[in-house]
Amino acid sequence: MEEFAALLNALVYTTSRNRKLALIAAYLRETPDPDRGWALAALTGSVDFPAVKANTFRNLLKERVDPVLWTLSRDFVGDTAETASLLWPEGSTSSENSPSIAEVVETLSSLTRASAPTELPKLLDRLDENGRFALIKFATGGMRIGVSARLAKTAFAQSFDVSVEEVEEYWHALEPPYAELFAWAADGGDPPDVTNRPMFRPFMLAHPLEDEEVDLSDYAAEWKWDGIRVQLVRVNGQTRLYSRSGDDISATFPELLDVLPIDAVVDGELMVRGSVQGGEIGGAASFNALQQRLGRKKVSKKMLAELPAFVRLYDVLLLEGEDLRELGWEQRRAALEAVMPRLPNSHFDLSQIVAARDFSHLAEIRGGAREDAIEGLMLKRRDAPYIAGRKVGLWYKWKRDPLLVDCVLMYAQRGSGRRSSFYSDYTFGCWDGDPDAGAELLPVGKAYSGFTDAELKKLDKLVRQTTLNRFGPVREVERTLVFEVAFDSVHSSKRHKSGLAMRFPRIHRIRWDKPVHEADRLDNLRSLIRD
Amino acid sequence: MQIVPADCWIDPGRAVDCALVTHGHADHARGGHGETIATPETLAIMALRYRTGIENGEGEMPSKATPVQYGGTISLAGGVKASFFPAGHVLGSAQILLEHAGERVVITGDYKRRHDPTCATFEVIPCDVFITEATFGLPVFVHPPIEQEMAKLLGVLSANPDQCVAVGAYALGKAQRVIAELRAAGHHQPIYLHGAIEKMCRLYEEHGVDLGELRLVADANKDDMRGHIVVATPAALNDRWSRRLPDPITAMASGWMRVRGRARQRGVELPLIISDHADWNELTNTILEVNPSETWITHGREEALLRWCELGQRKARALAMVGREEEAE
Repeated sequence: MEEFAALLNALVYTTSRNRKLALIAAYLRETPDPDRGWALAALTGSVDFPAVKANTFRNLLKERVDPVLWTLSRDFVGDTAETASLLWPEGSTSSENSPSIAEVVETLSSLTRASAPTELPKLLDRLDENGRFALIKFATGGMRIGVSARLAKTAFAQSFDVSVEEVEEYWHALEPPYAELFAWAADGGDPPDVTNRPMFRPFMLAHPLEDEEVDLSDYAAEWKWDGIRVQLVRVNGQTRLYSRSGDDISATFPELLDVLPIDAVVDGELMVRGSVQGGEIGGAASFNALQQRLGRKKVSKKMLAELPAFVRLYDVLLLEGEDLRELGWEQRRAALEAVMPRLPNSHFDLSQIVAARDFSHLAEIRGGAREDAIEGLMLKRRDAPYIAGRKVGLWYKWKRDPLLVDCVLMYAQRGSGRRSSFYSDYTFGCWDGDPDAGAELLPVGKAYSGFTDAELKKLDKLVRQTTLNRFGPVREVERTLVFEVAFDSVHSSKRHKSGLAMRFPRIHRIRWDKPVHEADRLDNLRSLIRD
Repeated sequence: MQIVPADCWIDPGRAVDCALVTHGHADHARGGHGETIATPETLAIMALRYRTGIENGEGEMPSKATPVQYGGTISLAGGVKASFFPAGHVLGSAQILLEHAGERVVITGDYKRRHDPTCATFEVIPCDVFITEATFGLPVFVHPPIEQEMAKLLGVLSANPDQCVAVGAYALGKAQRVIAELRAAGHHQPIYLHGAIEKMCRLYEEHGVDLGELRLVADANKDDMRGHIVVATPAALNDRWSRRLPDPITAMASGWMRVRGRARQRGVELPLIISDHADWNELTNTILEVNPSETWITHGREEALLRWCELGQRKARALAMVGREEEAE
C-alpha cells in the first residue's frame, strides 16, 4: 500500500501529462502482481466494494472525533477521504506492518456492512496519513486525482511497450487484477483469450485532409455526422455499447441493447431522432440535443421518449462469427448493406455514400453542406482493411470550413503547466447591438489555442498592461483587441448570458489592426445557430 | 485591538497615535503611527519595510520608536504595564503581557512552539485572560517535524540535478528559517534569492543569524542555478519572474500545504509543510499549559478552537478581527 500511496501523492502534485505517464509506468514496472493490477484497476475506476462507502468512513470518524470538529474540518479540506486520513488518530504505525494491496483487497471484499466498522479501523491503524488517504480512495472508488482511465491504460502500454489499442481491445473482457494482461504485456506470455466476450475493438480513425486532393476512384465519400462515434457489440446474445475511448456506455443508451438481432460488431454514429435537422437525408437532431443524453447512468422514460437514440452505421467489423476487418472497405460495405434489411429501422440506418463526379464536384457538395447535422465529409480508401488507430492514407476527414466571427477580448486567465505564468485562456465577446449607440459586449466563448508562443508572449504583455480588474486568477482587460475566432458550430444555451455557446472555438487570427467597434454583433452569431 | 485605559492599540490596521506591535508581518505592523512600541528587532524590520513617518501637513515627521527588549516592561497611560516575551514566530516576534488593576492579559500575536534557529523560543506566561491566535485552528493541521520536510526538499533536489527547486516562502521569517534549516541539514551550496527576500536575509544576518552563501537570482546565469535551491516570494513564483529560472520544480513552504487541494490550487509540485504558526496540538497544549481562566480566540478558525474549549469546559470566546486576510501566514 505504501508504494501505491506514494504514487497517488506524486500524481496529485503533477500537472504534466508526460510526467504522470512516467510515474504510473514506473510503478507498474516495479510493483509485483497482483498489487500492480489492483492499482491499475483503481486508477481506471474499475474497483467496487459494495460494503464500503464514503459514509462508512465518515461514521467511523464521527465515533473518534467530535462531530462538530469533523464537520468544520471536512468543510475546510473539501474531500472526505483526505479529511478522514488527516484526522484518524495516529497509532504506532511502522512500515513493515503496512498491508499489501492484495491483502487490502482481500479484507475489503470480505466485508459486510456489519463487519466494516470493526475491520476497517484495523487496516487504518496500520497506515500513515498517505497510506490512509490511498486506502480510503481505493476502497470508495473515484480517485479524483486528475488521471483518466485512458491515461492509465496509456501508461500501462508505455510501461511494457505494447500498443494501447491492443490493451483497449482486451481491457473490457478482463477483470482486475488483470493477471492475463500482465502475463502477456510484462512477461511475454500469450495474449489473453477473449473469444466469446463482448469486447471493444479499437476504432479506425482518420487524418484531416489538408491541402491534398484524392482520386474518387480510390476513395469513397461519406458524410461525417455530428453525434458520437460508437461501437455496438453483440456476442452470444450479450450486447455492449462502447464510446470512442472504449468506455462502456451501455447503461446510458438502454434502448440500443436489445435491438441488434444478430451477433455482430458495428461501427456508427449515435445520434438522437429529431425533426429540426436532417431534412431529406434523415431525421437526426443536432449534437446539442444529444448532449442531454450523455453522461447519464440512469435514463428516465421521459428522456427515452423525447430523445430516442439510433445508430447511423458506417462499418461492420464482425458479422455472425466472421472477422471482416481484413477485408477491404468495399467488401465490408457490401456486407453492411446486405445485413441492413435484418436490422430494425427504428434504431439503425445506413450512412449514405455521397456520389460525386470528381473531387471538385465533391468540394462543391461539401460547400453546400452547412445545413444538417453534418460536420463535413469522410474519405475512405476503397481497398483499405479496418485498422485500429490512424494510419496515413486510408481514411481522411474533410471537415467543412470553420465559421468565423470577430470578437473582442474581455477577460484572460492564467494557464496551467508550462503556461502557468502566462495569461493564456481568453474570454471574448460580441456586441449586443450597435457599439456606437452604447451597446455592450457580452461574452460568447473562451479559447486557449490557435496562437504561437511568440503571440502568446505578446498577448500576455497586453493583458498585464491593460488590466482593469482582478478576480483571483482572472483579469478583466480594456476592450482593445479583436480576435478572429474560428468555431465549428454555435448553439443556444441557457447557461450563458449571451444565450449561445460555441463548439470548438479557437483563435484563428489576432486582429491587432482592427478597431473593436468593428467586431461582430450577437445577431450575426445568433443567425448561425442550428439547434 | 484597543487597550482602552491606556489609549493604545495592539497591531492596529490603521495609523494611530500609540501602537504596540507584536511582529513585523504586514497584517500586524504598518507605518505611520505616532509612537510605535515593539522589540528592537521588530522596529528594525519595520524600518526596512515601511515608511514610519506620519503626515502632519508640514511634510513627513519621524515617528517615535520605543524599543522594549524581551522580558522588558513599559508603563503606559492609565496604570497599564506592558511586557514583551518571545513568541517564536519570526525574528523579534513577541507576546505582550498587559497588567492592569491586578489582572493579567497575554496577547500571543502569532506564535509557534517549535525550535526555530532564527528567533527566540516561545515562553509560557501565566495569565488570567489568554488571547490566542488560531490560524491553524483545525485538528487536521498537524505540522510534521521540519527535518522531515527538509529531507523531502533535498531528496527532490538531488534527484533532479538539471532543474532548480524554487521554494515559495514569505519574505519575512519563513524564507530565513528555511535557509537556516537547510544549513542545519548539511546543505552548504549557494542559495539563490528573489530580491525582496535578500534584503530581509541581510537584516537577519545583522542580528546574528548565519544563513551561509546567498546569491541574487537577478545576478545569476540561468544555467548556474540548475541543481540549486531558489527561495522566492510565493507571488513571484506564480508570475513571470519565474521565467528566469531553469525548469523550476515549484515548492511551497507553508502550513496550508498539509491539505492537498490547497497545494494543487496554487500549482505546487512539492508541498513543504512548514509553518511559523502553532499547529492544532500546539494551540491546544499551550492553552492547557497557560491554563487561563478565560481564553479569547482570534486570527483564523476560531470556531474549532472554541468548540475544543467548550468540550473541555473552558471559558472561551471568539474575537472577530476586521480586515484580516483569511490565509495570510
